[in-house]
Amino acid sequence: MLGTMNLSVEDRLQGVDCRIEPGKITAICGPNGAGKSTLLEVLAGLLVPDGGEVVIGEQGLASMHPRERARRIGYLPQSAQIAWDVSVRSLVELGRMPHGDHLAEPVDRALAALDLAEFADRRAQSLSGGETARVLLARVLAGEPDWILADEPLAALDLGHQLSLISHLRAAADSGCGVVIVLHDLAHAMNFADRVLVLSEGRLVATEAPELALSEERLRKVWGVDARWLGEAGARALVTS
Amino acid sequence: MNRAALVFALLLLVAVPLSLMAGRVWIDPATTPNATLILAELRLPRALLAIVVGGGLGAAGAAMQGYLRNPLADPGLFGIAPGAALGAVVALWFGFTASAWLLPLFALIGAGGAMALLAAIAGRTGGIALFTLAGLMVASLAGALTALAISMAPNAFAMSQIVLWLNGALTDRSWREVWLAAPLVLVGIALLWRSGRSLDALTLGEPVTRSLGVDTRRLLWLLVLGIGLTVGAGVAVAGIIGFVGLIVPHLVRPLTDRRPSQLIIPSALAGALLVLVADSVVRVLPLVTELRLGIALSLLGAPFFLLLLLRMRKGLA
Repeated sequence: MLGTMNLSVEDRLQGVDCRIEPGKITAICGPNGAGKSTLLEVLAGLLVPDGGEVVIGEQGLASMHPRERARRIGYLPQSAQIAWDVSVRSLVELGRMPHGDHLAEPVDRALAALDLAEFADRRAQSLSGGETARVLLARVLAGEPDWILADEPLAALDLGHQLSLISHLRAAADSGCGVVIVLHDLAHAMNFADRVLVLSEGRLVATEAPELALSEERLRKVWGVDARWLGEAGARALVTS
Repeated sequence: MNRAALVFALLLLVAVPLSLMAGRVWIDPATTPNATLILAELRLPRALLAIVVGGGLGAAGAAMQGYLRNPLADPGLFGIAPGAALGAVVALWFGFTASAWLLPLFALIGAGGAMALLAAIAGRTGGIALFTLAGLMVASLAGALTALAISMAPNAFAMSQIVLWLNGALTDRSWREVWLAAPLVLVGIALLWRSGRSLDALTLGEPVTRSLGVDTRRLLWLLVLGIGLTVGAGVAVAGIIGFVGLIVPHLVRPLTDRRPSQLIIPSALAGALLVLVADSVVRVLPLVTELRLGIALSLLGAPFFLLLLLRMRKGLA
């Protein structure tokens, strides 16, 4: 279990209490400025909260050694800047840093899981946006973390690559990993998440199944948008009126 | 050892004996009178000093570019070289040249002062942007004080000594400078080498680096100490020798897999080679007075830098 107790960060998060289950995809949704990325950074241990704490299993994140934390939590930021034209394999190998080893097996496994085996020797700057997104997720998977925290991993991807990345995240969740993603696309959250956390002005207003968390009533209250869900469960589309 | 390190180590092995023979007088150990004495007391320490100074600057440049994720970064950005230069200028200004140890000692104190100032300004947060800006300010301040010292020099002799010294050279150096600089530079290179894996992680940005369990503040101090020792000791014994830290990583990078960690040792070897060759060339040039090494490397470095900017401009257009 990954959870927070009475979390606060300046004027960005206030009194956030949540419990996130392993083996599931949890989406964090909310309007711009609601505190989604801040919550993810606090969960990842990158931002120290002013109040409250993050708990992973029975242990407080603050008391954990950075390397131990890094072994448990894999973090995928929103921007995909790769400073040097290194090989795909050496990027994915960075995932092993918290373990202090250069084991080839988890790296090969991560490359294979994201259909990147034949890309291993390609240079980072020769990759397309979709390929880069897969490489960066492979870097996280190579560290074999218990938790994957991803900040808008679908932004800047076309629909095909979005669906492909979601299926890879689902596979990670099915293998027991807890997946937490910040999502702007509410239809993706509705169709692919197991649970949705809704943030509004730094406060947590829902932690529920997507159908409840993203109800039309809540879209009106939190996003200020009159919108309707069409279609069947698992294949919903959002239309605004 | 990676391929690039091997290439530059072999080239260095070839360059050292050539450099020992090269000079205003070409030495043939079999026929030149007093050849052993000239080699042991003049040419060998000078060659070793070139290797030490160049090695330190090359490694510092590679680490700095890795840290700032910028191929145009130079170790001078931390303000340590200008700080060291200011220390040496103070020694020359006051005429503290009675003991040959005093000038390098003052330069090391200057380098230490620049590092302390950096710590005071930006040490707590450890952010890359704040640190770079603080480094630039330290460099500006040291540069301004150096200019002040020159303009208010007590006499023409001190002024000419300061200006000459600032241009960097390995002329008339002895084993004393080698013993002073070599240990410091070696420890500095070792510290920079240790930071290599963390620099690799920085390829993906600071948040990812921290998420991988790297203490980025510790990394920063490792680099400041490593660059302080390599560059500070280099300036202390040779004066300002610019552009080596900028050029060398560019020459080395295409021979490596481009990971910052794989660049540090080959850049140290390539920096050593560049300074050794440049110092040999300035010795054999048929000029009335020997061309200062710092000037020669700037004459080489500035056009190289412009070429780099042109290539980047094409890439960005």
